[in-house]
Order: sequence, then structure tokens, then C-alpha cells
Amino acid sequence: MPLNMIVLAKQVPDTANITCEAMKPDGTVNRGALPAIFNPEDLNALEMALQIRDEHGGHISVISMGPPAAADLLRDALFRGADKVILLTHRLFAGADTLATSYALARAVQSLGLPDIVLCGRQAIDGDTAQVGPQIAEKLGIPQVTYVDRVVELGERTVLVSRSTDRGSCRIRAPLPVLLTVVSTANNPRPPSVRRMMVFKRARTKTELMSSTQDYEEAGPLEASGLLIEEWGVDTIGADPNRCGMAGSPTKVKKVESVVISPREVKRIEPTQSGIAALVEELISEHILG
Amino acid sequence: MHNGNVWVFAEQEGGRLEECSLELLGRGRELADRLGVRLESVLLGSDVEALPASLIAHGADTVHMADHAQLAEYRTLPYARVIADLVRTHQPQILLFGATPTGRDLAPRLASALGVGLTADCTDLVIGSHDEKGQRYEDLLLQIRPAFGGNIIATIVNPQTRPQMATVREGVMPMGAPNHGRKGAVERVMVHLTPEDLVVEVLQKEPRSRTVNLKGANVIVAGGIGVGSAVGFATLQELAHLLGGEVGASRAAVDAGFVDRMHQVGQTGTTVRPKLYIACGISGSIQHRAGMDGSGRIVAINSDPNAPIFEIAHYAIVGNLHDVVPKIIKAYRSRS
Repeated sequence: MPLNMIVLAKQVPDTANITCEAMKPDGTVNRGALPAIFNPEDLNALEMALQIRDEHGGHISVISMGPPAAADLLRDALFRGADKVILLTHRLFAGADTLATSYALARAVQSLGLPDIVLCGRQAIDGDTAQVGPQIAEKLGIPQVTYVDRVVELGERTVLVSRSTDRGSCRIRAPLPVLLTVVSTANNPRPPSVRRMMVFKRARTKTELMSSTQDYEEAGPLEASGLLIEEWGVDTIGADPNRCGMAGSPTKVKKVESVVISPREVKRIEPTQSGIAALVEELISEHILG
Repeated sequence: MHNGNVWVFAEQEGGRLEECSLELLGRGRELADRLGVRLESVLLGSDVEALPASLIAHGADTVHMADHAQLAEYRTLPYARVIADLVRTHQPQILLFGATPTGRDLAPRLASALGVGLTADCTDLVIGSHDEKGQRYEDLLLQIRPAFGGNIIATIVNPQTRPQMATVREGVMPMGAPNHGRKGAVERVMVHLTPEDLVVEVLQKEPRSRTVNLKGANVIVAGGIGVGSAVGFATLQELAHLLGGEVGASRAAVDAGFVDRMHQVGQTGTTVRPKLYIACGISGSIQHRAGMDGSGRIVAINSDPNAPIFEIAHYAIVGNLHDVVPKIIKAYRSRS
């Protein structure tokens, strides 16, 4: 049975690999200097969808909410095998907390038509909240299974998945449609396909066409050849502006403090047997080691 | 002014309360006293009559107990239904959950159903005021959490919506000693579930057989991507065992499949404060450091002399960990 799937993906700053170049002299991170990447667990979600399509057939749409630059993520999704991509972008979406984000994404999913399975990463590495997936499921009125690391069995109208957390694992059977949040141990995402890159490297949003030196007239031919990345705004998804972005966010940031890492006095230990023996003796004499 | 009470979700599995729920009751007690309201706990499960006594001993004034066969296993939909109904009836002003896999599954579903704000993975909660658009809000819950991979600490407030909801990281709040003489009330909750609440089935549960006690360890020998393989971790295990400690790991080592996630130290793993932390082949990302820089002594072993881990190490060993760790084992065995 072919399945209709929607994968929700976010472009995030690469907070996991902070290099010296991204550190400011005061020991804080220069967030602007971090590269924007495909949120890692969203890639696992896309891969899970691709594997389901490999086995059962189906259609995969990828939706990303973000600034115009998130079109890069959607091209990447096309390279990896997505059938359709949509960029949800509008100034009124800016400053959204998880509740407002889930509202906009749920509206976008409904506008596309409720699929059999909605997939997203367990959490994004910039916020680590893991809240948006369950909040979308609630708004869509469908069940959720979080921390999914495997689809065990896909039946006519049900799915059996394995849920894996630090407490253990269990199998969960849920009816379709369902929303799954996927963990990093689920799979190894396939690399972009070279053949698909040749086709989709020219895919552009209208905003990109307008801001480039290319003629805006290109939008027509691009659309005809399936290379125009759709951009959806507040009106496209019939959203209430009061529930989007900053206006729709009940949580407010009161204060932000940068974490300052101050170097300590470091004692160099030579990697020789005598150097290490002296260290062990020092730790024992100071009762650090028993 | 909102006079609702402070609520703590009492998480239990198989009739055993999660430690973090008891930790939360301690902080919840302080928040309720500061606000001059009651501390209440909401407990769901099947055959859980024995548990309210412990919740009361840890500070709850009232326990709302929903004891029902369909609540025996945690499932998102029936749990969210029961708690949403209770919240609508009793209107607490604050509702707290442990940031456990259950809390992180349940709280967002519930916050969306209630249309209220939720802050994830808080490391501190205090009562304070907030000024916004010329208006002053008194007695708000200030929700403090690291964000952006641990590079910033944010204070979040929910000025308008109630309850103010937050999940709180496990282990960051001290558990108070139980007072078994405390008196409290137990209110039985009538459970109303619809067939739609029961469409998801939990099958074949496999709890983790072996547990790693990173929080309680005096010594942690932790490995990063530099360890190179699962086999490489066996040497770290040997050293940890010898020193009476536990094995920790960076997220990169866990993601690479060298070691189970329960060993993970850092922002998204466990926060640890052992007397001695030996970091082997760990470059020292900010989120790893955020989870271990309170350690008494930090020994860092890395072949890259510019690895950021050396910035917070007390002892720096520039060298190959596969060479250095056996030397530590040898030195400790032949200690004087």
C-alpha cells in the first residue's frame, strides 16, 4: 500500500560543532558564525520516510518553516529523494515559540492534506525542546509516538514501531494517521544522490529568483519543469496571524546570558609512564583517588 | 492575580516513583510557600494507592490520584486527557514535569491542548517579576534553561497563559529528606476516557537491564570520538572499574554507536559533578563541557593540543589515549 508522508525539517545553526573561529574573544559564541545545517534528527526522519517509500511506495513531501535561506535545506531534501518540498516563510512567523511554530506547521500539513504518516526529528539542536512534534500531533488530532528508532511493521491502517529511550525500549502500535518523532540511532541517512543533484540543483524559490541576477521570468519555465520551490505564507495556509510568530507565542524570553568559558590554570602532564605515575600519586595524596 | 496552586506531575512506572518527581516536589514546595498557595501532585496509574504517602512526605498538600486499569502503562492520549480535564477543573497556576522521556512526550501534547506556553528542560525555577510593554507582572515563574547548545542561559516567562508549564531536567534539583509525619489529602479522580483515547497500544516493554549511575559516581572515565570504536571503550571500562567509577561518553561517541546513550554526559545527556573526570579523546564541545565542568578535577587526554577540552582541564595530557590510558591503569595498580 503506497503511503502519503510529510516530513517536517528545520534548518539550524550547527551548535554541536563549535569551532574556535565561532568563539568571540570574551568566551561567548558568535551565533552568526555557525554554519546552517539540516537538523540532524530531521535527516533521520527523512531517511525513515525514504525507507518506507522504498519498501511500500508512496509520496514524500518535506515542509520547512524558516527564513528564505532555508531553501538550501529543501534542495538538500530533493537531492536525497523528496518528491515535493515547501518553504513556509513569512515575516509574521518570526519569533515563534514552540506553540506558535506547531500551529503554523499543523496548518501547513492540513493545507497539503493530512497524510498517513507525519515524521520529524525528536528535537532540533538549537533549542533541544522536543516539543514541536507532539504539539503538531495534538493540533492535527492524531496520535504521536516519540523517540522512534524503527518501523517494525506497517499494516493496512496501523504501524508498529520501536520506541527507544534511556529508560528502555518498547513496541507501540498506533493507527494511521500518526506522527512519529525519530531519534538519531534510527538509521544512517543516505547521502544526496548525484543524479538528483544534477536535476534539482537549479530548483529555486521565487524569492531566490527575484534576488538573483537571473531574470524573474525564469519562474514560469522552472515551475513547468517542477523546479520551482513553493513558498507558503500566512495566507496560503489560512493561518490566524494572532496565533503565529511572536504574537502567537505565550512564552517570552525575559533575559539571555552568554555562557563564558574561562580557561583554567592547566598543569601539563607528560604522556610518559613516570609523568602519569606522578599524576596518579598527586591525585591519591589529595584524596581525589582512593 | 492568579491564586491557583502549584502542581507537580508524579511520574511512576510499575508502582515506583521517578526520583525527579520527588526532586520537583522539593522545589515546588518552595514555590508554593513563596506564593502562599498549596502544593499539589497529580498521580496517574493503576494500583498506585501506596504512592501518595511518599508524595505527601516530600511536600505535597494534596494528591489527585487517577487510579484506573487503562492508565497502568504510560500512554500519551489517556494521560493527556485526564490531566487536561483536571487542569481545567482546578486551574493550577504552575504545572511541572520531569524532563524524562515521559515528561517530554506528555507535557507538549498537554500544553498544546490547553493552549499555554511550555518551557523545556529547565535547570532552575524561581518566582519573580517581569516587565513588558509598560506592564508589570508580579509573581511569575521564571524558567531558566540553557539553550543554543548550552552557549546561552535563557530566562523564559509566560506572562499571560495559565498554568505556567515547564519540564525540569533530572538531577538538577536536590531531593529533600522525606517527612513521614506530614499530613496531606488524597483526592480520587473520576477517570473518563473515550475509545479515541485508547487507540495506541504499548507492547513488549524492555526496561534497560543495566543502569549507569553517572550522577552518583565519584570518578568518571569518559570517551569521545577519539576512542574510535566500541572495543576502545573496553579499556575505558577497565580503568573506570579499577578506580571504582563509571564510564561516560560524549554525544559524538554515542552517535557513532561506540557506547549506549545512557552513558552520555552533557547538555542533552546527564550533568555530572564527580570528584575526578577523565576525558579521553573528547574534543570538548560546549554542550559536553556544560555537563561536566563542575567536576572536582578534570584530566584531559587528547592528541590535539588545541582541543577545547584543555581550556577547562586541570591536567592536560597531550598524547594518544590508547597509549595513555593503559599507563594510568599500570600506574594505579603499582601505586605506593
